[in-house]
Amino acid sequence: MKDFIIPDGVHGPKLSDMGTPEKSGPPVTLVIDGMDVSVPEGTSVMRAAAEAGITVPKLCATDMLDAYGSCRLCVVEIEGMRGTPASCTTPVREGMVVKTQTDQLTRLRRGVMELYISDHPLDCLTCAANGDCELQDMAGAVGLRDVRYAPGENHVETRAAEGANPLYIPRDDSNPYFFYDPSKCIVCMRCVRACEEVQGTFALTVDGRGFDARISTGTEDFLNSDCVSCGACVQACPTATLQEKTVDEIGVPEHSVVTTCAYCGVGCSFEAQMRGDQLVRMVPWKEGKANRGHSCVKGRFAWGYANHGDRILNPMIRDSITDAWREVSWEEALEFAANGIKRAQAKHGKDSVGVITSSRCTNEETFLVQKLARAVMGTNNTDTCARVCHSPTGYGLKQTFGTSAGTQDFDSVEQVDCAVVIGANPTDGHPVFGSRLRKRLRQGAKLIVVDPRRIDLLETPHMGEGHHLPLRPGTNVAVLTAMAHVIVTEGLFDEAFIRERCDWDEWSDYAEFAADPAHSPEAVEELTGVPAEALRQAARTYAAAPNGAIYYGLGVTEHSQGSTTVIAIANLAMMTGNIGRPGVGVNPLRGQNNVQGSCDMGSFPHELPGYRHVSDDTARHGFEVEWGVTLDPEPGLRIPNMLDAAVAGDFKAIYIQGEDILQSDPDTHHVAAGLAAMECVIVHDLFLNETARYAHVFLPGSTFLEKDGTFTNAERRINPVRKVMAPKAGLADWEATQALANALGAGWSYTHPSEIMDEIARTTPAFAGVTYDLIDQMGSVQWPCNDAHPQGSPVMHEDGFVRGAGRFIRTAYVATEERTGPRFPLLLTTGRILSQYNVGAQTRRTENSVWHAEDRLEIHPHDAETRGIRDGDWVRLASRAGETSLRATITDRVSPGVVYTTFHHPDTQANVVTTDNSDWATNCPEYKVTAVQVGLSNGPSDWQELYTAQTKLTRRVEAAE
Amino acid sequence: MKPEKLAGMANQIAQFFESQPGDQSHAVADHINANWAPTMRDTFLAAADKLDLHPLVKAALPEIRAPQRG
Ligand code: SF4
Ligand code: SF4
Ligand code: SF4
Ligand code: FES
Repeated sequence: MKDFIIPDGVHGPKLSDMGTPEKSGPPVTLVIDGMDVSVPEGTSVMRAAAEAGITVPKLCATDMLDAYGSCRLCVVEIEGMRGTPASCTTPVREGMVVKTQTDQLTRLRRGVMELYISDHPLDCLTCAANGDCELQDMAGAVGLRDVRYAPGENHVETRAAEGANPLYIPRDDSNPYFFYDPSKCIVCMRCVRACEEVQGTFALTVDGRGFDARISTGTEDFLNSDCVSCGACVQACPTATLQEKTVDEIGVPEHSVVTTCAYCGVGCSFEAQMRGDQLVRMVPWKEGKANRGHSCVKGRFAWGYANHGDRILNPMIRDSITDAWREVSWEEALEFAANGIKRAQAKHGKDSVGVITSSRCTNEETFLVQKLARAVMGTNNTDTCARVCHSPTGYGLKQTFGTSAGTQDFDSVEQVDCAVVIGANPTDGHPVFGSRLRKRLRQGAKLIVVDPRRIDLLETPHMGEGHHLPLRPGTNVAVLTAMAHVIVTEGLFDEAFIRERCDWDEWSDYAEFAADPAHSPEAVEELTGVPAEALRQAARTYAAAPNGAIYYGLGVTEHSQGSTTVIAIANLAMMTGNIGRPGVGVNPLRGQNNVQGSCDMGSFPHELPGYRHVSDDTARHGFEVEWGVTLDPEPGLRIPNMLDAAVAGDFKAIYIQGEDILQSDPDTHHVAAGLAAMECVIVHDLFLNETARYAHVFLPGSTFLEKDGTFTNAERRINPVRKVMAPKAGLADWEATQALANALGAGWSYTHPSEIMDEIARTTPAFAGVTYDLIDQMGSVQWPCNDAHPQGSPVMHEDGFVRGAGRFIRTAYVATEERTGPRFPLLLTTGRILSQYNVGAQTRRTENSVWHAEDRLEIHPHDAETRGIRDGDWVRLASRAGETSLRATITDRVSPGVVYTTFHHPDTQANVVTTDNSDWATNCPEYKVTAVQVGLSNGPSDWQELYTAQTKLTRRVEAAE
Repeated sequence: MKPEKLAGMANQIAQFFESQPGDQSHAVADHINANWAPTMRDTFLAAADKLDLHPLVKAALPEIRAPQRG
């Protein structure tokens, strides 16, 4: 009903391709084919013509890339200029008079096309790009009618006069998602330029010159090259040379719907290009304000899990977790679940039950789940998996700035002069943002990386300075406070900004604290492992930059001092005046797609939607009126506390939507014990996830393709999710939650998620102006969106902080309890890689596994050598909490004394070794620091084998009668 | 929940506030009241005299709200 269909969606972006990128500047007026056109200075003649509705034929130009001027199809005549200049490389001038169509131009263009076509296989009717090929279109546009060249040397035929054709290169099918068929290549270089300019990977080059020129990865094939499968080259290719395999298999799409990627917090906009209700391909949407037409391998290609055979499509129940699952109707499953909840509450009190919302589900779904807890179950026991990643962001930014959100939009990166990246690995974790940042670095912005590991960003070709502060895991606060020390003692702070925007007394207190010699880089060098001089240089660089921006990730938050680190970051931004305009700010990079939204929507046990404490009478009253119930003013239990309470026998039933706490939460043994102690565990998910082995009710979930709703990305952007096919299990997730609430007697009657958003807007001031109509009109909107900001807010704290005066807070370093010693001499830190997503439930069920079939342990050559470990060996990884086995990769990306792994595969069970230490303020688990020992082993640990056996046992499904 | 674990959490909170200006024990009590569920505070208060507590937590005890509900 709300679907937004782009009429000419078959061709998607290609129809609206303006040829060259948009420029900004004073207007210049010229005449094209007798029409007056005004465009910004610096615009190409080609783009000016397109603005006037005239399409000049072109092959090598596309508006995602700078003009290149190689094909000469776009020639025009310009009065007073000699010859026929290429319109893509010729900038407009005031008063220019341009002709785009003359006899001479027609002749020239036909000549160009004739040459291309003479070396092109003419199998259009059976070509994968038939109907979606720019070469075909251009042949039509220039009126090509015959080709006068006799067959000769070519790249097309497999055989030549005598024997095999030496110029013919067979198709490369090594990439699971697209192929490269060199016989169709017209060497327009769009792919090479896309890989450089848009993606920043430089995986493609051109081999040979002139007629011999061929595109190459410089390696044996795409899979074994530097290519990260972002798809930018495929999108840029005007022919079927680089083409999605799904288009080859299914055919060209016939309509498309704009929606939002469900993987990471960048929140890229895509066109879901469809044939009927079959998804043909996902193409990044150029109007998408987070991604500006770019994508990464996950959003672009890794959606096959939506059709995976492992998906559970029927509700299932069982009395005991050792029983086989029984498939039942929705009604029976919901009644069974509701009875479990009611029984627990009758016997153990209303606070013996709770819910967990998901940062993968929509805002509307999350809102309903926390409403289910607060209004229907009558308890504030609601929490979210965002607890385990960004809860310290919420605390730290609320204390200092007054609201729990990043301050900028992603476009802001285009104006950054110095980027500080702390505990984040954007090229893997937030790839499209990573590409946008790299682009800025190539333009000369400086880079400071604070991370134990040498991340890929540091290897990026760039013009400016690059600093790496390779700190010991767990010493973030000491490093950032030392940066503050340098800025304070060397007088590099922005006094005018502080006086105008912050509390001067608090600043004076903080300055005195930071200036203490105990916080100098020299004093903390031994603790942090960061050379004092390097730290001083970095602090000076950040303070001196006209625009300094901090981007940070889970390496900041997942520590016992996570909240303190966020405060330290906010302090740095305030003291240097880097807040409140484009190009600066404090930017948390959120892990999952809707971490921001799930926090905004009141998932936390102590906060109602909009970050208002449950003890806030006004806020509570608003909801009491809207919902017609009385709400509890006391905070509820957080996830770890729910599990503790379960082990203690006080917590009996839980509804978990779209979240796999057994795999994603630390200290797996403790989580398992908590779940096992409950009487009714309701899991609502796409797959029988790891948590489901302890479940009594399984409700089948819906993918983002099967429902309407919104996700809020890391820049507070509320992006639309649009249904392109019916829910495969019958109910969209919001409908299932509503049905469960109604089985508990709620009497809800939402007919569309837009009504849930209207309720959010009525009750939550920062969302007061948000409606689905506004989102349809604007494409997306950034909160706060209300009377003061009817179009939303790209940059926050523009004229003053949300809380009034910005607040400086002391940041004393407190060592984590997790310390290395003789038994556990190494520090383990964890992270993620590009092709897999979080616990990997989706990405593991796609071809992305060709890039990451298993989790590996990265270890420094020195530490490996003393343990006799060679690359690829099975090693045992043990901590105080447990042990697991995986294979080793030897690399000097990690410092001696530090080991690193990802946690994408359940067989690895990396969280068996992480401990239950957590952030002091929010109990966000300390994933990033665990003291471990590593030694050779001969294969999977006993726990892993036991676990695999148990998996089989707890996943049995009885055939339905 | 195990009281020892709650004590650990309380001590961690105290370690943050001990470096802050102002009324530190009040800040510790405030943080606990705002973030801990009533059952957690209940368990904690009941066991407090047997737990190994940071001096600031001890000073905060009188201000930690006992649950007002049945
Ligand atoms: S898919 Fe991306 S990384 Fe790979 S070659 Fe194409 S543009 Fe480069
Ligand atoms: S592969 Fe496509 S984009 Fe690249 S040069 Fe060939 S035709 Fe152009
Ligand atoms: S995973 Fe993130 S970066 Fe990749 S397409 Fe999706 S939203 Fe964009
Ligand atoms: S489009 Fe202008 S030269 Fe190719």
